[in-house]
Amino acid sequence: MSSLAATVRNIFNEPGCAKNGSKSEAERKNGCTKQLQPGSAAGGCAFDGAKVALQPFTDVAHLVHGPIACEGNSWDNRGAASSGSNLWRTAFTTDLSETDIVFGGEKRLCKAIKEIIDKCDPPAIFVYQTCIPAMIGDDINAVCKAASQRFTKPVIPINSPGFVGSKNLGNKLAGEALLDYVIGTQEPDYTTPYDINLIGEYNLSGELWQVKPLLDELGVRILSCISGDGKYREVASSHRARAAMLVCSKSMINLARKMEQRYGIPFFEGSFYGIQDSSKSLRQLARLLVERGAPTDLLGRTEAVIEREEARAWATIEPYKPRFEGKKALLITGGVKSWSVVAALQEAGLELVGTSVKKSTTKDKERIKELMGRDAHMIEDMTPREMYKMLKDAEADIMLSGGKSQFVALKAAMPWLDINQERCHAYMGYVGMVKLVEEIDKSLSNPMWEQLRRPAPWETLAKAVEQMQSPLAAIACDPAFAETTRHARKNCVCNTVDLGTFEDAIYAHGLRSVAAVREHTNAVGDCCQRRTEGILVSEPSAMRQAAE
Amino acid sequence: MAIVTAPTKACAVNPLKMSQPIGGAFAFMGLRGAMPLLHGSQGCTSFGLTLFVRHFKEAVPLQTTAMSEVATVLGGYENLEQAILNIYSRAKPKIVGICSTGVTETNGDDVDAYLKLIRGKHPQLANLPLVYVSTPDFKGAFQDGWEKAVERIVDVLVEGPGANGLRDPSKVNVLPGCHLTPGDLDELRVIVEDFGLCPSFLPDLAGSLDGHIPDEFTPTTIGGIGVDEIASMGRAGWTIAIGAQMQRAAEVMQVKTGVPFRVFERLCGLGPNDEFMMFLSEISGRPIPLKYRRQRGQLADAMLDAHFHVGGRKIAIGAEPDLLFDLSGMLHDMGAQVTAAVTTTQSEVIERIKTKEVLIGDLEDLEALAKTNHCDLLITHSHGRQAAARLKLPFYRTGFPMFDRLGAGHQLSVGYRGTRNLIFEIANLVIAHREENDQPTPDTWRTAAGLPRCSGNRSSTGAAGRSIA
Repeated sequence: MSSLAATVRNIFNEPGCAKNGSKSEAERKNGCTKQLQPGSAAGGCAFDGAKVALQPFTDVAHLVHGPIACEGNSWDNRGAASSGSNLWRTAFTTDLSETDIVFGGEKRLCKAIKEIIDKCDPPAIFVYQTCIPAMIGDDINAVCKAASQRFTKPVIPINSPGFVGSKNLGNKLAGEALLDYVIGTQEPDYTTPYDINLIGEYNLSGELWQVKPLLDELGVRILSCISGDGKYREVASSHRARAAMLVCSKSMINLARKMEQRYGIPFFEGSFYGIQDSSKSLRQLARLLVERGAPTDLLGRTEAVIEREEARAWATIEPYKPRFEGKKALLITGGVKSWSVVAALQEAGLELVGTSVKKSTTKDKERIKELMGRDAHMIEDMTPREMYKMLKDAEADIMLSGGKSQFVALKAAMPWLDINQERCHAYMGYVGMVKLVEEIDKSLSNPMWEQLRRPAPWETLAKAVEQMQSPLAAIACDPAFAETTRHARKNCVCNTVDLGTFEDAIYAHGLRSVAAVREHTNAVGDCCQRRTEGILVSEPSAMRQAAE
Repeated sequence: MAIVTAPTKACAVNPLKMSQPIGGAFAFMGLRGAMPLLHGSQGCTSFGLTLFVRHFKEAVPLQTTAMSEVATVLGGYENLEQAILNIYSRAKPKIVGICSTGVTETNGDDVDAYLKLIRGKHPQLANLPLVYVSTPDFKGAFQDGWEKAVERIVDVLVEGPGANGLRDPSKVNVLPGCHLTPGDLDELRVIVEDFGLCPSFLPDLAGSLDGHIPDEFTPTTIGGIGVDEIASMGRAGWTIAIGAQMQRAAEVMQVKTGVPFRVFERLCGLGPNDEFMMFLSEISGRPIPLKYRRQRGQLADAMLDAHFHVGGRKIAIGAEPDLLFDLSGMLHDMGAQVTAAVTTTQSEVIERIKTKEVLIGDLEDLEALAKTNHCDLLITHSHGRQAAARLKLPFYRTGFPMFDRLGAGHQLSVGYRGTRNLIFEIANLVIAHREENDQPTPDTWRTAAGLPRCSGNRSSTGAAGRSIA
């Protein structure tokens, strides 16, 4: 395990990481070993992180070496999309039994690799280490090495057992495995001055394809996307790219920086969430490529595309702006999305009442301040209870978050939109932003919310009865008393005019409009407009008919 | 009598099975104010949590002791202690259910001893029930975890008979297997209550995961059977166990309290429900309510209408033992042939499944069997969707997890009414599939010399051969 420990230390000492950079020397020595809190932890393990980062490689067989929990409980749970092979959606696991744990699982692993090659013959197999084989000392590096030689096929060990740390660490360990065993092992068929890598883009819901048409139009070729809709051959030859964009800055910064170091591929951190961010990213991509020798006309062509796309997107969003006026959103998400989505939502005219910064770096926070102003409500750590209260008190009209907190919002009968990995809509690029706005509008304007927030009729009745402070039975037995209480019911809350006054005025003067009623009574007419209309159209009550 | 075959391959492909610890945690989710806690690395919890959330579309309480590599080497006492204290002060649970995982079983954490130490050190926990169940990932499956957890809950929380030993014959304990949905439990509750009996369900997922909207936000389960009610289960007149997996828990209950039990291995189908009704009538001393006489008629009629479509069909089912036994039995009773059966773990019922062979295997096995045996219908949980698409077969989702359709918590299979609806659903799938894929053509029945017979339109006897593209 010493080599894994060294790798972990190495990752924690990431100079490209802004959070790490801002630490003191002593702090840095401790690494990012933030202790997870037993009993109040959430989120995945390092194995989860590694799997999430690499699983979107579509033509690779992903073999999980561990007991059934690691793969059996988790497979086929991500919405990454593939334009070709579906092999990534097939789950392979050694499903270790008690016997394997006593005698060691290496032989089973080796047999499993052979079975996969015989059955599917994939271009490569990724073997994921998990806690138990790591504990009992299964040396997956050695098994993979032997298997690679025996079967003349890349068998890549992904050494990221769950208990070494968080999901994010797992993302990075996955990046290290690519650097150690995959990148640079093959050559592309041809290269162009427009070859780029996208790092940390997972093509969830096929969102990469919301941006790819623009890149295609500009002649920019995605040599390798790590890892959305990726293929083994592409990532193996990704060292020939001219520039790289780090899409999710948190997950694979080590990979981007080390590729710059080893292969001289410059990279920038960008985002395709939001209109302005998309434009910025396209510009930066073009600039980097031109700096690396691409013809300078790329810059002009990029500007033209940006101008056209921006105009188109703004025009589509414009009609929504008045609909969003005064609407407030609460954003609970991690890292880069905390600011890139803020910008996007503001573009659509929504007011942000808060954004979470739990996983964000100082740099991320500064960006948020730039966007939301100095007094931005940055939420470090919000418990579900607080979230629920905030929504219930209608401090926000809609919440955007990951799947885990969705029920907090939905159970408070508040609109909610999934902007994390489990979502079923794609929100990237210009078209994605329009889609996001459409979805928000659909959610906000749904007439369902009003019905759901209305209490059940018997609850309203119970409350009214309570207010009258009289037993229901008395009302039921005595129609005269019932009529008095009905008359006494407040119709105009703002000016405490009771129902009886209203009805008397209406019948005495033969009033037919709300405005007229307002003149004859003391009612203000805002709060009670609908109720007054109700009285105007309804039949006179039985009591009154009887009296007449 | 079916032959039970164990797997020989080294690599499980597309697992049908899920792990024991989450099965155990699932049982605790049917207790009110509960917080299930997995003693293991945080991924064990996070995967399970995601699975439950995707299935029920509900917030699900599940915590972790967040074992790190160092903690695993040093032993998990401190993590367990911290986790319990944290949960105690933050979530204020009525009960904490602890399940071990592969990691903590491999390093040999003695959780029972840890709990004693923790209790000794923290007197404030005196009134907080802590139920521990050993559920290593590398043994058994989801159903086993549930079985063990319920057995432990009965063992730890049910009180022995009081001094006077008074029983309330109108009280009935119901121990449902993990293959029943919250909807099934609601259906059973109504049935039992209609006989004037007062049931206590353990676990009661219908109280916690039926999808109701709570008034207040709570980090623990939002309903289910309370600890006090569990304690008083020893005063019931009878225990009804549903599914063979609940036999052990029922036995423990009887040993502890003397409450007699009866196991109903199946509650899907005409015969099993007749038995159930007769039993309820017997223990309650009441006649079968008119409502169920009518429902029985409706089920009989549904069977008549559906047998044209279901009879003779070759069916491939992958499910946990009790669900497999129940569903395959019902379909067999309707004249279908179960020609591919795959399950997850050993159980005494599987050799009584009405098919030739039951394989303890994965969905790759089920897919291969369905293909070679020319099955017409695939029944398994949502993970079967890829196989169904490849085989181009109608696909009925059942069991856990069901993450790509809504209403998993309310899918019914018990009772006359539940069976009736299930039969309609399955028959409709078959009908729709035939209309979409098997319209007769002028060449359907042509048997030109040298050409294999193409039989797009199969008779209900299933005699005609069929090739699956």
